[in-house]
Amino acid sequence: MSQELDSDFVKRSRAVTGPEAEATAEHAAEPAAEKQTAANTKRRTAATEPEKSGVAIPDGVDPEYLNMDLLRFTTAGSVDDGKSTLIGRLLYDSKSIFEDQWEALETTTRNRGDGPVNLALLTDGLRAEREQGITIDVAYRYFATPRRKFIIADTPGHEQYTRNMVTGASNADLAVILIDARKGVLTQSRRHAFLSSLLQIPHLVVAVNKMDLVDYSEERFREIVEDFKAFSENLDVDDITFIPISALNGDNIVNGRENMPWYKGATLLHHLEHVKVGSRKNPNDFRFPVQYVIRPDQDYRGFAGRVVSGDIQVGEEVTVLPSRESTRITSVETPSGKAGEAKTGESVVLGIEHEIDISRGDMIVRKHNVPNANTGFEAVVSWMNKEPLQIGKSYVLMHTSRSTPAMIKDIRYRINVDTLHREESDALNLNEIGRVEVETAQPIFWDAYKLNNATGSFIIIDPDTNVTVGAGMIRSKSTSAFEGERAEEQERSATRRKKQNGSNVVWEPWNIGRTEREEQNGHPAHVIWFTGPSGAGKTTIARSLEHKLWQEGRRTMLLDGDQVRHGLNSDLGFGQADRKENIRRVGEVAKLFFEHGNVVLCSFVSPYREDREAVRALFPEGRFTEVYVNADPETLQKRDPKGLYRKAKAGEIRQLTGYDAPYEAPGEDVLHIDTDVTDAGEAVTRILEELDL
Amino acid sequence: MKSDSTEPEVPGQDTGNTAVLQPEDWSRRNSHLKVLEEEAIFIMREVAAQFERPVLLFSGGKDSIVMVHLAEKAFRPGKFPFPLMHIDTGHNFDETITFRDDLVRRTGARLIVGSVQESIERGRVREETGPEASRNALQTVTLLDTLKEHQVDCALGGGRRDEEKARAKERFFSHRNAFGQWDPKNQRPELWSQFNGRKNVGEHFRVFPLSNWTEMDVWQYIAAERIPIPSLYFSHRRKVFNRRGTWLDNSDFITRYPEEEPVEKTVRFRTIGDATCTGAVLSHASTMEEIIAEVAAARVTERGNRHDDKRSEAAMEDRKKQGYF
Repeated sequence: MSQELDSDFVKRSRAVTGPEAEATAEHAAEPAAEKQTAANTKRRTAATEPEKSGVAIPDGVDPEYLNMDLLRFTTAGSVDDGKSTLIGRLLYDSKSIFEDQWEALETTTRNRGDGPVNLALLTDGLRAEREQGITIDVAYRYFATPRRKFIIADTPGHEQYTRNMVTGASNADLAVILIDARKGVLTQSRRHAFLSSLLQIPHLVVAVNKMDLVDYSEERFREIVEDFKAFSENLDVDDITFIPISALNGDNIVNGRENMPWYKGATLLHHLEHVKVGSRKNPNDFRFPVQYVIRPDQDYRGFAGRVVSGDIQVGEEVTVLPSRESTRITSVETPSGKAGEAKTGESVVLGIEHEIDISRGDMIVRKHNVPNANTGFEAVVSWMNKEPLQIGKSYVLMHTSRSTPAMIKDIRYRINVDTLHREESDALNLNEIGRVEVETAQPIFWDAYKLNNATGSFIIIDPDTNVTVGAGMIRSKSTSAFEGERAEEQERSATRRKKQNGSNVVWEPWNIGRTEREEQNGHPAHVIWFTGPSGAGKTTIARSLEHKLWQEGRRTMLLDGDQVRHGLNSDLGFGQADRKENIRRVGEVAKLFFEHGNVVLCSFVSPYREDREAVRALFPEGRFTEVYVNADPETLQKRDPKGLYRKAKAGEIRQLTGYDAPYEAPGEDVLHIDTDVTDAGEAVTRILEELDL
Repeated sequence: MKSDSTEPEVPGQDTGNTAVLQPEDWSRRNSHLKVLEEEAIFIMREVAAQFERPVLLFSGGKDSIVMVHLAEKAFRPGKFPFPLMHIDTGHNFDETITFRDDLVRRTGARLIVGSVQESIERGRVREETGPEASRNALQTVTLLDTLKEHQVDCALGGGRRDEEKARAKERFFSHRNAFGQWDPKNQRPELWSQFNGRKNVGEHFRVFPLSNWTEMDVWQYIAAERIPIPSLYFSHRRKVFNRRGTWLDNSDFITRYPEEEPVEKTVRFRTIGDATCTGAVLSHASTMEEIIAEVAAARVTERGNRHDDKRSEAAMEDRKKQGYF
């Protein structure tokens, strides 16, 4: 059965023995067919190797093919920049153009007297475009190499540009921005970069085209790179790659490196083949918008939908929005059968333990990791219709699987996409972008677009015409104008920090998964978080508990405030912001040890409930136990193991929790240990009972 | 036409009931095929949720067979909540009808048939005559009549964007006005995973879950999922004749020119539609892997053999505006 599975080359040779042998052989002799991509060469090599046996593969399935992944990218630039030529070149050089398409191309070019075969004609789909010589809508193109399948969202450069690019960019992993080497960075290049940043496309490629017309000058290329870098400084783009090309001649597209020996980087196709995909996905926050209820009979009720972010396992406790009722996942049905978990992107059917009323538009989330659920928020909206956006008009907002009446309460400002300046405005016209305040009739369940594209995006429909008139990306909660500015400043500084901290950060699954480590260790990983004021006895109890666990053969780690503040967090003080950052970092460190399969004990004052909840949200349900350790203020000051209360009294230090800084105690559901009446030994016993490790 | 004894065995047929397929190794991997499957399933569920009377257009071709397979997966453990609709030109290959009826029996789906023959008899359309006669264009009227008769508000189709230039700009959710027409210049933007299916009474949508699939993806998926397909796709001996470079079935439905002499050849079909305009290719590909090899090496698009597209450069676009599939 699997004799010929391995290589395309073998298949090709077989096909040549058929009745079409002559025709195929003829085309194989074409120069174009002789051009081999690196990938194709690989296939040829594989053909000479003996067939690997013992691999059970269904009829005809090419294992290589099943390993191919998918990259969606968009191309930005005008016809003059040679965008269509570039796409034509990619299709042509990767041999994705069929003979009949090629013939049609030759015929059309001949009829128009265009000279050599015009690759741009390949992508101009509609007749109107062919007549006017411009593309007017987003068109999708497909090509594949043995490594990867590509979907190009080809967006036109002239009218309606913003609308089309926003559409094409909404699902793209990467954007190719074309710049004419003779003209350099133009207003429109800035616009393209801004829109890419707005839509949070993870990777940007700046293709400096028509290098042949500037004598393949390295100096000119460098100049353009510097220009582009200078203005993109203020944009939120992680990863920019610059490639000098000539689409017309094929320089640095698939191969053709000889004209620019000074360029040492990858060719465009090589880059497209190797760039990381899936960076848009949020792997942390489980969000499951219910799409459809499946009820084949009285006994079964399942909730169909796509896991738009995060993942969930059978047995985990979940909350249903908007009812906020809790239940447990009892089954995960994937399209190919039952599974123990559902991962990001999968379309599944979830079964739950309790009879709860759930319908389309509801959202299933983890109990301690809940999105915003309200009717007011701020968003950046791209307007896509000739009828301008009207403040106060009743529109329909589609967000995840929810539709609700909504209106724009206010336009904070319009963004000039060419200068990036903010302008006063009380309407948004076609192709304009603005920051607006939205009010919905029913609550929606959202995260900021930056954190979660799937739950941070929406479309606006005009109920009078049923047409999609706008697209929005949620920024923040509704704020007053003053707060709004502060929030934006925070956004900007977060962007700057993200840049300083190194770009191109992409989430990778652990090489060895926690489950495997837990299996090897023979016990589950867990986090125990001790909170409470200084002197309450957190560390004493934690140390004693760790010894106990260690003796029982568990892998453990104890993190406490003093340790991390000397090293990892030595740059932080004791103000609210720094305390927050302190706890955030500790949470991340605990997460690393947790993923390593440890029982992690953390002993931190951690006075703010919000910070503790943020840490809790990092861990799966049931794997994080909070322990509140406290004693009478008098006892604390008497114990004063570090002399902190004495110093505070003397005015030597400020902002001591429980003295002159607030402590937000946990709620009733958290294990509370009062060390006035409980000694360390008893505390350990109680915690172990609670944990049931 | 009668199939002879040399007809190749259809892979996958022996796997029996496809509804109980075991999860294949590939299905949990991060492959592009899985991404495409997830996308298609998401769209189908969206259709079930947003429309009142959707149907799945079933032609008997491989794309619509894949569509039925995906529909089964999308609503498991339930049944898919829409009927199949077949627009029957009356000029079918026998295998297509047998296959269709078996599929209907197995899935328990309801089947609606719109008959071009009836449209002709009722005087809705006039039959073309002569050697170039085809019922392909007439289908559009029957399709629109049948959709109207059953008050269908959404028709799921197996169309793919890679098939033809005009389809490259087709949306997943494609709006049709009360006359069933498509307005390519005034399409709704589609962003993220938001699909706007709002419409007025009398209008409907065509929805294409396989938009992002290529011919190769479809074949690989059929192989990976072991989906049974009609034997016409595998090479067999058949009486055919050559018209302007295309091999057409020596069918009772086609009037031959005097010089068109039927000959027996080893052929297979890359697409299956109306027998009068579906061209065969000379091929010895009699197994799934050979077909895939042939597709990989192919230098002509699938539709390159569709007689109906050859009439003019913008042929497809014109027909789509009229309400064609």
